[in-house]
Amino acid sequence: MKPLAEEVAKKRIAWRIAQEFNKTESPLFINLGVGVPTMVADYITNNQVFLQAENGMLGLGPAASEDKKDRMLINAGRIPITETPGCSFFDSCTSFGMIRGGHVDATVIGAFEVDGEGNVANWIIPNGKQLGVGGAMDLVAGARQVYISMTHCTKQGKPKIIETCTLPITGHGEVDFVVTELAFFRFEKGRLLLEEIAPEVTLEELKTMTLASFSLSQNFRVMPVPG
Amino acid sequence: MDAAKDCLKLKTIDDAIGMIKKGSRVLIGGFGNAGDPKKLIEGLCISGTDELVVMSNDLGSPNEGLGKLLSNNQVRGLIGTYYNWNPEVATAYNEGKIFVELVPQGTFAEAVRAAGVGIPAFYTLSGVGTEIAKGKEEKTFGEKAYLLQEALKADVALIKAHKADVLGNLVYYKTARNFNPVMAMAADLVIAEVDELVPGGELDPESIVTPHIFVDVLVLGGGDR
Repeated sequence: MKPLAEEVAKKRIAWRIAQEFNKTESPLFINLGVGVPTMVADYITNNQVFLQAENGMLGLGPAASEDKKDRMLINAGRIPITETPGCSFFDSCTSFGMIRGGHVDATVIGAFEVDGEGNVANWIIPNGKQLGVGGAMDLVAGARQVYISMTHCTKQGKPKIIETCTLPITGHGEVDFVVTELAFFRFEKGRLLLEEIAPEVTLEELKTMTLASFSLSQNFRVMPVPG
Repeated sequence: MDAAKDCLKLKTIDDAIGMIKKGSRVLIGGFGNAGDPKKLIEGLCISGTDELVVMSNDLGSPNEGLGKLLSNNQVRGLIGTYYNWNPEVATAYNEGKIFVELVPQGTFAEAVRAAGVGIPAFYTLSGVGTEIAKGKEEKTFGEKAYLLQEALKADVALIKAHKADVLGNLVYYKTARNFNPVMAMAADLVIAEVDELVPGGELDPESIVTPHIFVDVLVLGGGDR
């Protein structure tokens, strides 16, 4: 198969994750990381899905248009955003209390690597240029479900779902779902299960691009993609 | 302003900054340019007070906001969570100019709160099994492992609020609240920069976020909310 264009891949990942949240019939509280995870919000159609930002807000609206920008109303990626009716502001302790206390149903984060034991590495590439952990470790450990949203391979074609993480990990065995442009995986009792495969890729091809071993889920199917 | 005459806590930026001693541990509020006390930070840079241990979420951008303290060589060390917005931090650390203690953001916030409410340490699940866990005591409760985190107390806290009344009760503005109310509890000397000072009784008691018991000094800021 030919690799998908980057924009198509990103849209597909964000859309697919949003479909999981759109299924909810009761209030669902979600924290979205920077990058592709933030795009998930564009495909949420269910008004029972509420977005939380760790810098102290529940009920985030879309990014602010140029004339509505308020520098004191931002998400955790420093992007000016908007309010929704019923939104609230609170301090950082309350915010992370929501996260650590298991009140946030799911977090969607990007990753450099995920391994077969459900470890995720997304906070640092040790190159001496970065120094920061932010809220990643709290989110991975505290949110009830952890969704990894990432392209299946690096731009150089290196698999990101590998046997054992080589980079410093963000959390140990915390990953529940991995969604790429090619597949939807779920961890169940420490085992990696393939739930869905993208229409244009064969299982054999996927195996060559996935270094962690996985089994097929009982509900294995072709991954729905945005029209 | 009438309220200013009645406010015993009101000082000029210079007088307030003059209370900060060389080598102090200083908590500074804010998250990504929202809710940092910009006038106080400016004053601290001008004062040249050095050997500071700055305890904050981030350190602004290179040579901007809190980043200026580092460019000015006023920093001995940093305790905080996220310095990717200011690459000069990694450079100074690699050159051995400063120490850096990285703490997961939620753990950082809670450790500051703990200091403010008389709790010397607590266990948290954030960071278990990661590099952050190195050197920290681990204990199992139920089936899960947790890390011991000690409280983070400071000599001074520089915070930003939207409005204060003459007593020093504080209310905040949108996501500029972030670490400020927590830091207001965790230092021997708490200096709050506010956009507006209002007469006593004007703030709705139900809306006050930081009661004035926590606030020692008020200064008027630039009104950026």
